Amino acid sequence: MITNFWLHPALILIVGAFILPFLPKWLKRPYLIIVPTLAFLDVLSMQGQNGTFGVVRFLDWYLTFGRVDGLTMVFAYIMTLMCIIGTIYGLHVEDDFQHIAAWLYVAGSLGVIFCGDYLVLFLFWELMAFASVFLVWFRRRPESQAVGYRYLLVHTAGGLALLAGLVLRYQATGGDLSFGPIGVGSPSISTYLIMIGFLLNAAVPPFHAWLPDAYGEATVTGAVFMCAFTTKTAIYALARAFAGMEILVPLGVCMALYGVVYAVLENDSRRLLAYHIISQVGYMVAGVGIGTELAINGTCAHAFAHILYKGLLFMGCGSVLHMTGKSKFSDLGGLYKKMPRTFVFTMIGGLSISAFPLFSGFVSKAMIVSAGFEVHNYWAGFLLTMASAGTFLHTGLKVPYFIWFGKNNCSQETWDKAADPPWNMQLGMGIAAFLCILIGSYTPYLYNMLPYQQAAAAYHPYTAYHISETMQILLFTALGFFLLIKKLAPEPKISLDLDWFYRMGGRGFFWLARKPIQWADNCVSEGYRYVGLIPLMTTANFWSWFDWHAIDGVVDGLAKTVRGIGGAVRRVQSGQLQYNIFYAVSLVAVALVIYVFA
Amino acid sequence: MILKLIDFLRDRLSLVIRLSYVGLALLVAWDVLFVSKEHAHTAVEHIPGFWAAFGFVACVVIIIVSKWFGHRGIMTREDYYDN
Repeated sequence: MITNFWLHPALILIVGAFILPFLPKWLKRPYLIIVPTLAFLDVLSMQGQNGTFGVVRFLDWYLTFGRVDGLTMVFAYIMTLMCIIGTIYGLHVEDDFQHIAAWLYVAGSLGVIFCGDYLVLFLFWELMAFASVFLVWFRRRPESQAVGYRYLLVHTAGGLALLAGLVLRYQATGGDLSFGPIGVGSPSISTYLIMIGFLLNAAVPPFHAWLPDAYGEATVTGAVFMCAFTTKTAIYALARAFAGMEILVPLGVCMALYGVVYAVLENDSRRLLAYHIISQVGYMVAGVGIGTELAINGTCAHAFAHILYKGLLFMGCGSVLHMTGKSKFSDLGGLYKKMPRTFVFTMIGGLSISAFPLFSGFVSKAMIVSAGFEVHNYWAGFLLTMASAGTFLHTGLKVPYFIWFGKNNCSQETWDKAADPPWNMQLGMGIAAFLCILIGSYTPYLYNMLPYQQAAAAYHPYTAYHISETMQILLFTALGFFLLIKKLAPEPKISLDLDWFYRMGGRGFFWLARKPIQWADNCVSEGYRYVGLIPLMTTANFWSWFDWHAIDGVVDGLAKTVRGIGGAVRRVQSGQLQYNIFYAVSLVAVALVIYVFA
Repeated sequence: MILKLIDFLRDRLSLVIRLSYVGLALLVAWDVLFVSKEHAHTAVEHIPGFWAAFGFVACVVIIIVSKWFGHRGIMTREDYYDN
């Protein structure tokens, strides 16, 4: 029966990735579209078939690779869909290994989405980190290598916290590894360790600095994948295990505002977008913390919408980087004449993230804010609304204005190179833009996928009040932007973030190794020379004398005898071959004679 | 087509700006006169034009506070981390 057959979509991507390098060149492009499409169709075929699949026995445990339910399906759907869009956008990339890294990375995310226990989760969690770091390294700039190692080290630290948490939990629960609601009512140290592991991947301050560091440095296509998967997989994990964990509400609100503040200061367009991921994921983290059905629906809906509009924004700014080689506002400006389509696509992403009516953010973000107000958490509601003003300020206004309008800071070379990108990149942006508008304009498309159907059916985003509220906030934000535009002029500077501590801390460690530790090492060597080496040499000299005069005296007698025999034998051995043969043959002849006549 | 539209608007920039102000005023007028406040979560939202003021103040506060924060030593030269 077909219903019993369950194929993990991650397996399609993993097998697909390993076959890719062996294909002839003409087959590669169709293949690049077919494999993620198959994974997407595989996910579609699971709709309405909730249950547990792919249970494998390993040592003493039963590992669950395929738990299918409402929460799984909404994330699996959007992630496989984004994999198709991202691969189309990167179709021109001829380096197979970039596609392999991207697909393995998506496979890691899907593995986490479908897993039913912490062991499988951990396995795929690490696959994500180790596959995605190549998307940074493949940029192949000198700094890419350093950024990649920092990314890997930070994620390894997060993975270790997660591992420690799940080992403690395994012990505390008497061998329960199942991945579900963790019991937020009675948190223990294992709960917090697992939460830290998830929060690090969700880029919650103070564990967030890896995100702008890595996403600003990733390859053009790599960043499109990275912005979609790591943080949203972490949001899925939080929604699955930590719904209703109250500490997540203030953390989420801080994140939403933190990203906004740094986005004001940022001069690099992709790093600005990266800070806005932190801001947007803040809404989702707060939604998980609120934990009501409406809030979890909002978290899923916002993750779904976010993957598309943030992917679209990274595709837009990535296109500018791909064509001109520049991503800093202080090197760009006035490009609407050269890249009009990219401008329109990016603007659609900007309007979606800003939650304009008819665009995707409008129907998703408001669910979380409403859920906050509904549980009477007014300060969270107002601060999240304030952050959404900041979102429009940067992503909807600052990014398009300073790249496509504003003062033209382009060098002649940048200006000459600027043009709309190749067809596949435009197609990727076009699909994402279409979906952003579809989600915002036709709410059942997204709402029918949400895990709590009753709560979704009861929520209506298009009320006159909501439209009026949103339009007032956004348009008066725009007024503020144009009045204060001089203050926002790009400054060719970088902003120090909390990665300062480990970047400079790492240098401190090197300094420590070079100076004080080296000094201590020298002291020990000197001390050893006086305390250890000189007595040792004296002792050695004594034993040398003893050896020479005492032992050799005894041995020499023996040696003289040996030397005498040696001298006698030497006379026989003249060193000439014929004599040696002669002696040998003689010996054999004598032996034969003795043997025959004895 | 996109280019023509943008250039058309840019050529009439002062008119566009004036129309935008009219648009803002109409939006607030619509909110005050016609929009039902039954979906409001808190009492302050019943103040006429509350969300317009909120959006404007939020934008100004974000820009000023962030820039103040940035100029306290957070923003630094681009080669700061270079050896």
